[in-house]
Formats: sequence, structure tokens, C-alpha cells
Amino acid sequence: MDWISGIIDYVPANIGQLRQLTGNHLLQSVLPIVFGVLIAVPLAQLARQNRTLAGIMLTGSSLLYTIPSLAMFVFLPLVLGTSILSMVNVVVALTIYAVALLMRSTVDALTSIDDGVRQAAVAMGYTPLRRFLTVDLPLSIPVLIAGVRVISVTNISMVSVGALIGVPSLGRLFTDGLTRNYPVQIAVGIIITLLLALLLDLLLVLLERVLTPWARSSTTRRTRAAALDARTVAS
Amino acid sequence: MTSTEQASTTRPMIEFRDVTKTYDGGQPAVDSLTMDIERGKITVFVGPSGCGKTTSLRMINRMVEPTSGRILLDGQDVAEQKAAELRRSMGYVMQSSGLMPHRTVLDNIATVPRLNGVARSTARARAKELLDVVGLAPELGRRYPGQLSGGQQQRVGVARALAADPPVLLMDEPFSAVDPVVRAELQSELIRLQRDLAKTIVFVTHDIDEATILGDRVAVFAVGGRLAQFADPEEILRAPVDDFVAGFVGRDRGFRHLSFQEGEDVTIHPIETIETGRLADPSVTVNSPWTLLVDAEGRPHGWVPEATRESVTSQADAVPGGSLYTRGDSLRRALDASLSSPSGLGVTVDDDGRVVGVVRAAEVFELIEAGRLDRGRANYNTAV
Ligand SMILES: Nc1ncnc2c1ncn2[C@@H]1O[C@H](COP(=O)(O)OP(=O)(O)O)[C@@H](O)[C@H]1O
Ligand SMILES: [Mg+2]
Repeated sequence: MDWISGIIDYVPANIGQLRQLTGNHLLQSVLPIVFGVLIAVPLAQLARQNRTLAGIMLTGSSLLYTIPSLAMFVFLPLVLGTSILSMVNVVVALTIYAVALLMRSTVDALTSIDDGVRQAAVAMGYTPLRRFLTVDLPLSIPVLIAGVRVISVTNISMVSVGALIGVPSLGRLFTDGLTRNYPVQIAVGIIITLLLALLLDLLLVLLERVLTPWARSSTTRRTRAAALDARTVAS
Repeated sequence: MTSTEQASTTRPMIEFRDVTKTYDGGQPAVDSLTMDIERGKITVFVGPSGCGKTTSLRMINRMVEPTSGRILLDGQDVAEQKAAELRRSMGYVMQSSGLMPHRTVLDNIATVPRLNGVARSTARARAKELLDVVGLAPELGRRYPGQLSGGQQQRVGVARALAADPPVLLMDEPFSAVDPVVRAELQSELIRLQRDLAKTIVFVTHDIDEATILGDRVAVFAVGGRLAQFADPEEILRAPVDDFVAGFVGRDRGFRHLSFQEGEDVTIHPIETIETGRLADPSVTVNSPWTLLVDAEGRPHGWVPEATRESVTSQADAVPGGSLYTRGDSLRRALDASLSSPSGLGVTVDDDGRVVGVVRAAEVFELIEAGRLDRGRANYNTAV
């Protein structure tokens, strides 16, 4: 009961700060996803066209992923010339991870497309670019989003690490709570982080549903289709 | 000027001139092919798998580039035309319909006009008309391909190929994946379409029956990408030019149909079984002329004849069984199973190999006869 009342007291009293930290946190986790997709998709397409390139990129991305995030947050300001407290560092670092993670799943996504469909697109007279944008890309959405969902959860938790070096995010509730020995604050941080992760995941699921109307109920109506087929044959 | 105009209407639509295709260092897939494909006719490429039919077809629209030789479309070398534009000037239908799963049926049909820059509304209106042309109900236009049956998908594939009203249609085994009844229907409709629209159709199949039903001219390809004979279907059947063509044309005619005929209607009868573990016990008797020996999982291991029950004390003494018929497989399999079984009863198993019963040769024959009658009627309708 103490916990709950503690949290109930804490939230309204600090609502301004919480709102700001949550906003910062979202920004730092969502932007890298967007940039990650924008970078990984063309790279993956390049990788699919060139075997050596594919090898280099896939190995490279695995290596990148092994760099600890804290090291990246500290190191990037030196390269980018940004302030160590800047959110840009976190966004860039997480974008790098996102690209590293998305590379493989995007290559898989593009490879998952039925070869018959691709051949048909060629036979219809698509130019390569148009085919990529209007056939390959839309069809790879389900596998692509599966990859993005993994990153979105990872990002939400990794953004908190930035708080260790002072970049504002929900992680600050952990660092503050720890130094002030104030567990309620930490609990609030955990709860909001969890909610954010859930919310983002839900949005991605919805996004997939909206973007892939064809994937729904594709088998349920088949029986009716067969019935109609029988009718056309009979007539 | 008049003479050239005349030339363009009488000259073949497609001319292969000494065309050879060799994929990376291997044997030629197509070997020095020279042939003329007549305007407004159905020309069928037929032959066993791997003899270069698809390769030949795809060189026409440059999905495959020849290693040497030239292909002329309406007198013009296809190599000099832009690949994407060339392809849009020909309809293409393939075996798995190759429809875009993320586009509705109407938008699939509208693909090529859209690529050609036709406005969406115009392209869709035309697509609606085509649904009717290929015998599909208008309400199917809003569906996605995944919501259609195989036969319907092939019809949509044909409609898509017709959408830009191309003079040439390339069709690669378009009806091979649908069941025989629907296939016969699609074949006769293709003949009707061809009569109405007078397209130049190049049609690939491995089925000599389909080739002779559809083709105005039939090109029989032999292994190694060699054109063995190119003639009217009657001539191919009556006067095969060599042993290869004779063999290909004659190979189990009629019987081959059975491989495609589904055995769903065949009656599966119950059969008395005895478990291997109980054989050694002489008090366990059998009560029918043939009892099936099964293991604990219900998998068959031969037959125990009633007359010699006493002498069968282990699996090794049982009479070996024939081939197995997996429930739902083709009639040919059902026939094989019943004819190869010492009891005349074809052992029928489920997908896990467990015995579900037996089929009788006489009943399988009856179904085959019924199928033959149906086919005769379909061919009669086609001919009328
Ligand atoms: N893309 C390819 N790369 C290498 N070999 C191929 C390719 N396509 C076909 N072949 C080979 O060429 C031969 C002819 O193939 P294909 O034209 O598909 O025959 P068909 O359509 O008559 O079955 C086969 O031996 C096949 O293995
Ligand atoms: Mg083929």
C-alpha cells in the first residue's frame, strides 16, 4: 500500500518533469528507428545485389553491435563534435545499432518474397526501381516490422543508459532515485518505461495491419471463392 | 510503301534465327533454334522438363538474353528494344499465377496499363471489363489474390496479360497447377478468347494432350534444347519425325491422365488387421481371406492369408505388400496400390503412414471410366 500511495503522490507532484523526460525518451527511441529503416532498407537492397558487399555489411553490422552502448555515447561526441549531454549522441548511437540489427532482417525480408511474384513483375515490364518500391518493399513489410518491433523494445531500454552521462530521459528517474535512495522514483521510471515499450509495440502492430490489408483473412474466404469458381465453371 | 505494308502483315510475328542459349558454361539450354511463329495463331512449345521451353519463351521478351542468334518481333530485333517496354507490349502468364499478393484483383489486372501511364480510373474500368472476358464475377475484383481459388487466380493472370491489349501473349504452363476439370475449362476458354481476339499466342506445356488440343502449330522440343519437330498437331501425332517424338507423343497416352486425376472419390473400405506382436500367439485367429499385418503404430507390414495363418508366426513370414496409397492421392496411385497388392486390395494410409483401409481395383477402374466420359464431353464442347 505504501508503494502505491507513494507512486500516486509522486506522479502529480512531478508531472511536468515526467512529461518532459517521457518526451525526450520517446524522441531518442523513435528517431533511431525511423533513421534505421531509412538507411537499412537501401543498404539491404545493395547487399542483395552483391555477395561480397553483403558479407562485409553483415559482418560489419554484427561487429558494430558488440560495441557497448555506454562507450558509444561517450565516444560519439568526440567524432560528431556534439556536447556530451546532447541527445544527438544517443540518437546517432541507437541509429547505428538499429541499422546493424535491421540489416540482416531486412535482407531476409526482401529475400522472403515469392520468386514467382518477382519474376512476374519483371515479365510485366516493371523497371527495377519501380519494382523495388512498389512490389518488393510493400511485400517485405511483415518481416520488416517484425525486425522493427525487436529494435523498438531494445531502444526504449537502451535510451535510459544515456542518463548515466546526463542525457535527459526516463533513465534519470533511475539515476536520481538511486542517488537519493528513493525507490518510488525508480518504480515510476520502470512503469513508464514498460508502458512506453508496450505502447510502441502496439502502434507497430497496428501499423502493420494498416499497411498490409491483404494479409488478413486470406484463407477464410477461400471456401466462398471456390464456391464462386464452381458457379463460373458451371455457367 | 504498299509492298512493305504487305510484308508486315504476312511475315511471321516472331522469328527465331539460329538462337542458342548456354547458361554459365553448361550444355546449351536452347540449341540453334530457328522457327517462325505465325501471326494470330496458337503456337505450342511442348517437351519434357528441362528441354529449353521456358528459356525459349523468355528470350522473346528478353527475360533471358540469347548467347547467340537473333529474335525478331514483327521484323524488329528484340535486342534493340528497351526491355521493360518490350515486355509491356506482350502479355505474360505463368504457372503459379504470379499475381501481386498485395494488390486487389482489379489492380493486378490494371498493372501493365498503369505502368504505361494510363490513369488509375481508366485502367480499373478496363480491368472490370476483363473480369467478364475471362469469366469471373465482378465482385471478385475487390478481393486479394490470396482469397481466390487456383483456377480463379489463373483467370486473373490471363486477364492481366490481356489488359494492355498486346498483340502477343506468352504463356508458360499456365494451366499446369490447376485440377483437371478446371484445366479443361480454361483450355476451351483460351480457344474461345483466341478466336475472338486473334492474338499471337506462344504457349508452353509439358503435356502433349494439351499441346494438341490448343496448338495450331506444335513445336516438340527434345532434351538439349533441340527443336525435334514443328508441325500441325495432326501431323505430329500421325507422323512423328523420329523416335524421340514418337516416344514422347505415344508415352502411356490415356494412362498418364490418371496422374492428374484426384482420387478423392475413391471408396476406402475397412480392413481386418492383426498386430505384429500377436502373431506368435496361435490362439489369435484371423477371420477374412486376407488380414493386414500392422505394427503398434498402425503401419502396414504385409498380409496374412487365412489359409496359412498357422505358419505365419513373425513379420518375416507374412506375404509382402504392394505399393501404398496415401488417402487423397491421384487415381493412378490408387490403381498402382490395388494392382500391386497380393490381395487385390490397395492398402490406404494417412499422411503419417497409418492404415485407414483399402481400395478395390474394380472401383478405381469405375472412377477412371467416369473421368474418361467427362473428358470426352469437355473435348466435345471445346470442338463445338
Ligand atoms: N537461370 C538458369 N541458370 C542456369 N541454368 C538454367 C537456368 N534456367 C534454366 N536453366 C537450365 O536450362 C535448361 C532448360 O531449362 P528450361 O528452359 O527451364 O526448360 P523447360 O522450360 O523446358 O523445363 C535446363 O537444363 C535448366 O536446368
Ligand atoms: Mg519451364
